[in-house]
Amino acid sequence: MAKSKPRVKVPKSAKAGEVITIKTLISHKMESGQRKDKAGKVIPRSIINKFTCEFNGAKVFECDIDPAISANPFFEFTAKVSEPGTFNFIWVDDDGSIYTEEKKIEVN
Amino acid sequence: MKFTRRQALGLTAGAAALGFTGLGSSLAFANAEDTEKRIMEFTGGKKPESGKITLTAPEIAENGNTVPISVSVESAMSGDDLVESVMILAEGNPNPAVATFHFTELSGEASATTRMRLAKTQNVVAVAKMKDGSAYSDTRQVKVTIGGCGG
Amino acid sequence: MKNKIIATSLAMALVSTAGIVGLSADPVDETLSIDGTPMVSRTKAPEGHPFDEVMSGWLFRTSETRALEADSFSNPGMLGVEEGEAIWNTVEGTAGKSCASCHNDAKESMKGVGASYPKWDADAKRPINLELQINKCREQNMGAEPYAFDKGGQKPLTAYIKNQSLGMPVALDLSKGELQKWWDDGKKTYYSRTGQLNLSCASCHEDNMGKNIRADHLSQGQVNGFPVYRLKQGGLVSVHNRFRGCIRDTRAEYPKAFSDELMALELYVTWRGTGLSVETPAVRQ
Repeated sequence: MAKSKPRVKVPKSAKAGEVITIKTLISHKMESGQRKDKAGKVIPRSIINKFTCEFNGAKVFECDIDPAISANPFFEFTAKVSEPGTFNFIWVDDDGSIYTEEKKIEVN
Repeated sequence: MKFTRRQALGLTAGAAALGFTGLGSSLAFANAEDTEKRIMEFTGGKKPESGKITLTAPEIAENGNTVPISVSVESAMSGDDLVESVMILAEGNPNPAVATFHFTELSGEASATTRMRLAKTQNVVAVAKMKDGSAYSDTRQVKVTIGGCGG
Repeated sequence: MKNKIIATSLAMALVSTAGIVGLSADPVDETLSIDGTPMVSRTKAPEGHPFDEVMSGWLFRTSETRALEADSFSNPGMLGVEEGEAIWNTVEGTAGKSCASCHNDAKESMKGVGASYPKWDADAKRPINLELQINKCREQNMGAEPYAFDKGGQKPLTAYIKNQSLGMPVALDLSKGELQKWWDDGKKTYYSRTGQLNLSCASCHEDNMGKNIRADHLSQGQVNGFPVYRLKQGGLVSVHNRFRGCIRDTRAEYPKAFSDELMALELYVTWRGTGLSVETPAVRQ
């Protein structure tokens, strides 16, 4: 799996005040920095080190990620929605790359 | 495929399994002391109490590379009854740090699920830091198994 | 000869040890449902099969591993399937085509493909699996380079195409060409002991199916879910990679991927799973 592609599952709609479940998955090798190559040299660490979920610009959930998180990092968490809007998801790579995804939700 | 004697011994002993988890064959595994230190740093010196937080992890991990875990903290998640962060540590990994979840009022609930790597059978610890300064922890032992045929 | 007997006994001792606490010795009595759609994970074996019932490897895994496959969102193998979908729609090669240029929507055109390969290739006069069919299409129709084993888009694209047959029963047509002869060869390989450990496929997957080898719960060794997402690798694993790995683990020299020996074996082993639902991408340990 070469490029890092995110997948996000957010319900399409919710009632105001409801607590919804959000699931996220992103493809990434999460090279821990513990492995050695065939020549015995340490393969340098290269992971996604931070994941943030925002709703209409405000932080909902964040995770500081260490190398012990498995490849293709998966996170499931909750969010309380009281108005319609947009979720923004941000993954930060050790190499400085930023991956993002967004999902809209209707709230009645 | 030719095996050197070391490789053959390694396969027999199952030591090679450590390399497969991606967490290396380093014998400098963290011990309970290092984990204690990190917990104290996280809580600001407060020894965590038991209760409020539940760490869910399998009793036996089919493969140490991908072990599903989840945490949940009883909290209204509003006003002063708020969970700020939950730190996950793996006592027996070369580096005990796993992840730190940060919650807000918008989280609704202080719960999260993820998948982690475990180098060997060990305790996984979850520590919750609350807005009012209190701290709670839960510990689960996860047995990490070696697959058949060294693979 | 003596050494071989000792090695085999040691190996079998490993297999018989029930060993680790808590691991059940029997496959679970559950049905796999993916996103609510039930899969056939147990079915009556075809005529001439050594088992009465064929069982999916899913039944032999822990509850956490089984749960990963039941939800297509949580299944990390689906990331590979998505990658395959992107490749399907990407133009490559001198002909300026993508897979989609000829095959349009894979959901329609590839339905059933994953359940009916390997097939007979009249041009090459040997069985052809999905990986080689993709390469054949790339070379002949797209003017693109064939994928090297397990490289490039081979795994994700194979997973994507097979995933279009999710739920469909594995069913091969052995009447075509000389498939029956290759099936016989594959069967011979399946029951041939190899390596320092002197084990055949059957030693584990037939004689000791359901027992533990160290802490691994031995399945029937079916391939209906390949390419699988292996927790150990944290990525997709192909059939021939698994064959080579298993043979390597008997401490034998292992055949080249897509060699005659492994093509025959794939044909035979696929047949052993006749009736099981295609589960690609299955989640295994």
